[in-house]
Amino acid sequence: MEWIFRPDAPIYTQLYEHLTLAIVSGTFPPGGRLPAVRELAVDAGVNPNTVQRALSELERDGLVYSQRTTGRYVTDDAERIEQERRKLAEGRARDFLAAMQKLGYDRVQTVVLLEKMRGERKEQ
Amino acid sequence: MSTILECRALRKRYGAKEALSGVDLTLESGRIVGLLGPNGSGKTTLIKLANGLLTPTAGEVLVDGRKPSKETKAVVSYLPERIALPQWMTAKQAMQFYEDFYMDFRRYAAEDMIQKLGLETDRPIKTMSKGTKEKLQLILTMSRGAKLYLLDEPIGGVDPATRDYILRTIIANYSEDATVLISTHLIADVEQVLDEVVFLREGAVMLHKSVDAIREEEGKSVDELFRETFAY
Repeated sequence: MEWIFRPDAPIYTQLYEHLTLAIVSGTFPPGGRLPAVRELAVDAGVNPNTVQRALSELERDGLVYSQRTTGRYVTDDAERIEQERRKLAEGRARDFLAAMQKLGYDRVQTVVLLEKMRGERKEQ
Repeated sequence: MSTILECRALRKRYGAKEALSGVDLTLESGRIVGLLGPNGSGKTTLIKLANGLLTPTAGEVLVDGRKPSKETKAVVSYLPERIALPQWMTAKQAMQFYEDFYMDFRRYAAEDMIQKLGLETDRPIKTMSKGTKEKLQLILTMSRGAKLYLLDEPIGGVDPATRDYILRTIIANYSEDATVLISTHLIADVEQVLDEVVFLREGAVMLHKSVDAIREEEGKSVDELFRETFAY
């Protein structure tokens, strides 16, 4: 996994986003065991306490659960993961629409453009 | 949460020059802390006082509740700014040296890291490249199960790949519940490894805060804040 951190936001929130993406995309599959805190910290090149904090938030949000002796696991609740995927997709879509608006495209023009590009993609 | 390092009105004067002019600082256990400041701000002096290599002009420094002594040295692992290992030694001899001197030396950890690095253990240190010497000295420092690690400029003057190796070695090896104090002016490189930062300016603490609190409240990285704070 590639770990890149922006300068303008806390590292734990970015770590939270990275880990959520890894869960939603199946890099960490449902019900699978997560690497240990120290291992994730070394891999991402970040502070172990920061990893701990991000994992606690994921736990609070029901994407991860911990088992006292064996470690942390990704939830096996497929619906919860789907819900998170949807949330991420909506966020990305909103960002995209905002960027298009800056370019002077209204919703209709944007949809027309997307439709046109779908055609292009098929040709490829 | 216990206090591992405490400075109270700590002063150090070299002749007419005041290197530290009243430092008050408390560090808790279990943190990685950046000691940041421009050249000459007192970083090395503070580390040497905590390690008992210098004595305060006034005020006091306490490690694990005690003044620097033989007892505190047993729980402090110190990485000097310059390579301090005798140059004629081989890596194997240096490991033996550490094992003889420090009760908390984890030989297996050092051997494992040296092997992964592909270092020839029978070569004298003087024949190694600068980067390799730095790595070896760091491996020995981090192989101790100390309560406090004092790392003076561990990433100064090495290439980015070595820097990365050094930072990951620190994260992977410091003992749990220990505190690591890293002095540096290369903030962008260490920022994401740190829990909190201490800004030193002209021998005094001007800021002591968590990295994520700075990013959250200021909307900028510690590196940016540092550049603004110390801009001419």
